[in-house]
Amino acid sequence: MSNSVVLKIDNLESYYGPIMAIRGVSLEVRQGQIVTILGANGAGKTTLLKTISGVMTPAKGTIELNNEPIAYLEADRIVKKGLVHVPEGREIFPLLSVYENVIIGAYTRNDKKQIAADLEMVYNYFPILKERGKQKAGTLSGGQQQMLAIARGLMSAPKVMLLDEPSLGLSPLLVEEIFTILKRLNKEQGVTMLLVEQNARVALEVADYGYVMEIGRIVMADDAKKLAASKDIQAFYLGVSEAGERGQKRYKQRKTWR
Amino acid sequence: MDFWQLAISGLANGSVYGLIALGFVLIYKATEAVNFAQGDFMMMGAFITIWLTNEQYLGFSFWLAIPLAILIMALLGYLLDVVVIRRMFGQPQIAVIILTIALGFIIRFAAGAIWSHEPQLLETPFAGREVHFGGLVLGFEEVAVIIVTLLLTMFLFLFFKKAKLGKAMQAASQNQLAAYYVGIPVKRIQSLVWALGGSVAAVAGILFASKGAVDPSTGLLGIKAFAAAVIGGFGSLPGALIGGLIIGLIEPFAAYGLPAGYSQVAPYALMLLVLIFRPAGLFSQMHKKKV
Ligand SMILES: Nc1ncnc2c1ncn2[C@@H]1O[C@H](COP(=O)(O)OP(=O)(O)OP(=O)(O)O)[C@@H](O)[C@H]1O
Ligand SMILES: [Mg+2]
Repeated sequence: MSNSVVLKIDNLESYYGPIMAIRGVSLEVRQGQIVTILGANGAGKTTLLKTISGVMTPAKGTIELNNEPIAYLEADRIVKKGLVHVPEGREIFPLLSVYENVIIGAYTRNDKKQIAADLEMVYNYFPILKERGKQKAGTLSGGQQQMLAIARGLMSAPKVMLLDEPSLGLSPLLVEEIFTILKRLNKEQGVTMLLVEQNARVALEVADYGYVMEIGRIVMADDAKKLAASKDIQAFYLGVSEAGERGQKRYKQRKTWR
Repeated sequence: MDFWQLAISGLANGSVYGLIALGFVLIYKATEAVNFAQGDFMMMGAFITIWLTNEQYLGFSFWLAIPLAILIMALLGYLLDVVVIRRMFGQPQIAVIILTIALGFIIRFAAGAIWSHEPQLLETPFAGREVHFGGLVLGFEEVAVIIVTLLLTMFLFLFFKKAKLGKAMQAASQNQLAAYYVGIPVKRIQSLVWALGGSVAAVAGILFASKGAVDPSTGLLGIKAFAAAVIGGFGSLPGALIGGLIIGLIEPFAAYGLPAGYSQVAPYALMLLVLIFRPAGLFSQMHKKKV
């Protein structure tokens, strides 16, 4: 755990109009780690990632990428500095070809040779995208579009990658496949990842460290292994419950972190 | 009158409609705003060129006046976005529409005040020349208008297909949020699209004024161009051009074959028919816009 901190967020606050969606979040991501953020629907995970990547402007707080403040910068400047956001629900460019979608991920770069090398690297992880290069991206299957969104993000040569629910809407088999690739990218390419997931089981499997978010706040933080072993996490995110699967009982059960 | 001569003059008119329609579509696709002043932009581009090159005004060389006028209109388009339109972000679309309609009035008024309401013709080096083509005698200007329009459309097509900036414009129009995520400076790109809209309008104005007189109310033919854009599907660049050409072609033949009064409504009647039977336009790209 002595790796340097690449992403450091302190006391971050974000609003949608009058609604406070992020209520003072602080967290750290270290070099080479996969850090996951778990949380129920509406907890503010997507909002947090949007605020980090500059698509939303925070109201308060600081964000540092390699000790350099990046909060309040425009989104394109942040990509240029090495932080990319792979959004929830894919968000590809439907009428551009698969190849054009991948290559536009390198929009902020000019090093042609390195871009070509990275394209090969990306195709190596996602061969299907090379195969479907000429096809309109909108005609890809959901899983392929998710791969495309990750591939596009990689093309910016990120130091830190924010991933918002890459498992959303995918079959269990495909979830395994994508997470295997993410783990490989982390190990082989050294991409540091901040991973938001509903699927706590797979997320905690690949992650080194985890945060739990509830209504705009971080309520728990620990090593992924310890989180996976925690009773609360088991009950509320892993679906393991001594009281059985009845929703009412689970609702009544009190979480220790409150 | 000879069929081919009617057709050529119709195509030449249609080219101008098509270029204005192109401006509508460009700006709409990239920013979801409809610039109802696009026709008045065209008129303004024409007057700026007249002002730069006609003996009566500055008298610059024609070949200097053209790029200058295009540049000035590009700058005006860019500034319009930066200073006004961008600030209306988050307002309902109708607000931008009303704003551009008002802008059209202002441009018309200003043009009248500066250059008077007299119809004026652009002085070109090839006024009055003719082109002989297989027994046909055609006005040089009309042929030039068609050729320049085709070249410009081809250039735009290649620009969107090949250039990095063109790709970024396409991307920003297909999925604005995703464009932010990949690091495209969306706001700057949108201003550049307005600049492109301004320069295309300038070209349309130059072409229009070289084959017929302009006056400050000429921009009102933007309504026909709007019909052309609707016919073309309001999302497709070639569709806009073809829509313009169709309207340009219908006009002279309707005037030839139909009683006066009916012929003027022919373009709008066609637009209605298209809207009823193919609401997405003749050349729509099937996709849902996100964000
Ligand atoms: N555009 C918006 N305008 C207003 N409120 C919003 C907007 N987007 C999200 N919210 C609200 O902000 C809160 C956090 O939303 P967010 O999308 O960040 O949750 P999330 O943790 O990503 O949920 P999920 O797991 O369902 O994706 C929610 O209460 C949501 O209703
Ligand atoms: Mg979310």
